[in-house]
Amino acid sequence: MPQKVIAGQIVEVDAEGYLSRPEQWNRALAEALAGVLNLQLTDAHWKVIEFLQRDYRERGAVPGMRRLNKVGGFATKDLYALFPDGPIKKAALIAGLPKPASCV
Amino acid sequence: MNAPAPDRIRKVSIIVSRGTLDGVYPGLIMANGARMEGIEANLFFTFFGLYAVLKGFQDKLRIATVGNPALRVPHAKGAPLPTLLGALPGMSAFATWMMRREMEKLDIPPVSEFLEMIHDAGGHIYACKATVDMFHLRPEDFVPQVDKVLTVGEFYELSAGAQIIFT
Repeated sequence: MPQKVIAGQIVEVDAEGYLSRPEQWNRALAEALAGVLNLQLTDAHWKVIEFLQRDYRERGAVPGMRRLNKVGGFATKDLYALFPDGPIKKAALIAGLPKPASCV
Repeated sequence: MNAPAPDRIRKVSIIVSRGTLDGVYPGLIMANGARMEGIEANLFFTFFGLYAVLKGFQDKLRIATVGNPALRVPHAKGAPLPTLLGALPGMSAFATWMMRREMEKLDIPPVSEFLEMIHDAGGHIYACKATVDMFHLRPEDFVPQVDKVLTVGEFYELSAGAQIIFT
């Protein structure tokens, strides 16, 4: 597994930069990962990140857009505004979760 | 020497020409998937594909149980459904109900909701002018997510730099 120094920590990442070991995740790391994507995390971003992490813990999969709409209560438009050009991929990466594996 | 890595896809124009449930969904999934990858997406509905954007019809699309030799019962690896049985009343509705139920389990939205999702994701949705004229339709017959009725020339113009995908 390739290692990378992010926010002063050595973490394991996969070829696309997703954390390989979710237990290495913390908030400082999330801020740094967001910075690489040119994003500055606000409370609205954190709500999405925390929902993804909670849902992943409960169901073992990164939720798709419809679940974010219906269960998370996030509108599609808002998600694209918060995480432009790939909301779930970007939010999952910042949340320390694997790359989303669903088609929808 | 290695060839340079091909450039990533930046824009797609997806044409939906069929009006069966299985004719419409692949285009919707591809358009939504494009937006989720940061790819610009235009959806163009033509001929019977237009029913996916017609008010009152878009959530009534069905699977064809006649002339569909790949359709098997009671599951995907079962026996082929003979055409004569496929023609029985209710068969198409039943097959459609089965597929919708499986899609619901995978969180694949109904057509109306899927189009809203694609529209809210910044995808553009167009209807084909030739078909609109042929079917005697008016702009108010379409769901509000339809941006415009386009001629084929306009379609090519807005597809500049895009990969064109016909479904």
